[in-house]
Amino acid sequence: MDYERSDRPVTGRVSPVTAKILVAGGFGVGKTTLVSAISEIRPLRTEEELSDRGVGVDDTTGVDRKTTTTVAMDFGRISFRADLVLYLFGTPGQERFRFMWDELSYGAIGAVVLADTRRLADCFASIDYFERRGTPMVVAVNCFDGAPAYEPGDIRIALDLDPATPVVLCDARQKNSVKRVLIALVSHVLGQAEASPATV
Amino acid sequence: MVARRDSWLDQAAGPVVRPYAMTRGRTAPADGPQLSMIDLVAATGQRPPDGFRLAPEHRQILSLCHAPVTIVDLASDINLPVGVVRVLLSDLTAHGLLQVLPARHRPMTDARLLRDVLDGLRAL
Repeated sequence: MDYERSDRPVTGRVSPVTAKILVAGGFGVGKTTLVSAISEIRPLRTEEELSDRGVGVDDTTGVDRKTTTTVAMDFGRISFRADLVLYLFGTPGQERFRFMWDELSYGAIGAVVLADTRRLADCFASIDYFERRGTPMVVAVNCFDGAPAYEPGDIRIALDLDPATPVVLCDARQKNSVKRVLIALVSHVLGQAEASPATV
Repeated sequence: MVARRDSWLDQAAGPVVRPYAMTRGRTAPADGPQLSMIDLVAATGQRPPDGFRLAPEHRQILSLCHAPVTIVDLASDINLPVGVVRVLLSDLTAHGLLQVLPARHRPMTDARLLRDVLDGLRAL
């Protein structure tokens, strides 16, 4: 299958279609685990804004003009075919990365918000963010051993979710479980796209 | 460049050149399109125009862009921060050495793309 591009590279080679899905949620909820369960995970260096939160952690002596520092984040890549590649970005959870979220969510298919029933409030900020932006999402409850088990319906109520937003239970360590989460997200987005076809 | 030379000789930084030294202190592309992480770039194969000197990092990028490659894979491959890579790419696009192939802007309304992704996921 080939996609039509108005701007084929002058080299004449087929350029793949790229798409991305974000993986958000609180600190330690399993974002990196989820991404690495299903994709080839790769390191990426990016910048974060230096703030007083870094004082005592980063030695800023002598770099008073510097306002950013380099940090590592991960992304995952799934090549379906030579001409279709899906990227997964685990969005950094801390407040000081927030400036990256707009860029990461621009042009995304949607987002997986990972939740831990022991710390459900940790994912409120992510849900608020994607709801405000109109980014489609699924809430995936990572079923940690020993965490209280709830029905998806109860979690939906606890999170005050839009009734259309899917809630799924998952094990972020298991490829097949993560696969079901991503399928739930893309099916949800496709359902919305078919319900209101884009004006081309 | 107004920074004092010793600004770049930070022992704690280890044996690497400060990333933005490679961009001569620029932290944002001068102009041109804002590149997204999953936009693709490809070398045009043209010769550098007179007056534009390729830095080693420019050459390294061009050598990896014979076939279209995403910004994020490129940054990972050459182990430079995304912001630095963006500045270097803007130099190359501005001089006609690199072509940008933008990713879909609204994939959430692209039913064909979504179906293809769905089929791909199901086949994993």
